[in-house]
Amino acid sequence: MNMSPSQKRDFATYGIGYLLAVVLTLGSFACVFFRLLPQSGTLIVVFTLAFVQVLVHLRCFLHMSPFRRAARDDLLLLLFSAAIIMLIVGGTLVILFNERARMM
Amino acid sequence: MSEVREPELRHAGLNLADKPREVREQLESDVFGFWVFLMSDAVIFALLFSIYGTMESATAGGPVPQHEFKISSAFWETALLLTSSFAYGMVSLSLKHTRRLVWPALWLGVTFCLGAGFLNLEVHDFLTMFHDGATPERSGYFSSFFVLVGTHGLHVFSGLTWILLMGVQMALFGLDQRTRINLIRLGLFWHFLDIIWVVIFSVVYLGALAR
Repeated sequence: MNMSPSQKRDFATYGIGYLLAVVLTLGSFACVFFRLLPQSGTLIVVFTLAFVQVLVHLRCFLHMSPFRRAARDDLLLLLFSAAIIMLIVGGTLVILFNERARMM
Repeated sequence: MSEVREPELRHAGLNLADKPREVREQLESDVFGFWVFLMSDAVIFALLFSIYGTMESATAGGPVPQHEFKISSAFWETALLLTSSFAYGMVSLSLKHTRRLVWPALWLGVTFCLGAGFLNLEVHDFLTMFHDGATPERSGYFSSFFVLVGTHGLHVFSGLTWILLMGVQMALFGLDQRTRINLIRLGLFWHFLDIIWVVIFSVVYLGALAR
């Protein structure tokens, strides 16, 4: 199958996304499997890699981009939802941990 | 100004360039509406994650996650779901670049098999855990675990059902505009589930096993 330039570019987006996702996944699993770091270090590395991988998925599979006008509406929606989520999750964690501290 | 450009990858599978403006705008708002649904779903998962976070040490003297989780099965589940996401990317690409039915149908089949493999492993894991006495009613920890991971599994199950329904729709109507837009929505859903799984395997499985 011979591909046009735009076909190649589209395919590269998914290919690069998949490769990056595989590398990041392997990285965090290896970190836990081989116990490369002390516990707190492992957690920080795993969560950081997860965050980066979520960004990779959003960029390469869901085609989010801050630089393209067409994708702006989706991006604004995503950022708004992220703000709501941070409020809800942050509030839940603060209240529940506070309750627990009082009961101990 | 941007009227004559080729359709962007974001609309993979729509071939919008030759459609009149009203049709394109309708399709854009259809896809945007599905984004709104996905984000409300994300809020549900965020809440389940925060409950899970507060329940982390509430094992009530019962089984502990470090003994119940197996890193190998978490790894293979991740590999299957990640690859199925890539396979769905190929559905979108073949939808965009060919007018033939066979390639999207084939990749949709691959996506289904990988997703079914994932669900099979997950159910197997759950049954093993039940056998060990790690049931939802045993402790707060396992209640929140099964609600969180089970909700994701339920989403994957509905995704698989949706893939089957799309197979029927493709067989009956071919790749008409309605089928295409449904396939695009399904793609968003499927990639979204993969993102949720990335957070689950990092926070739940690796988070517990790193202890």
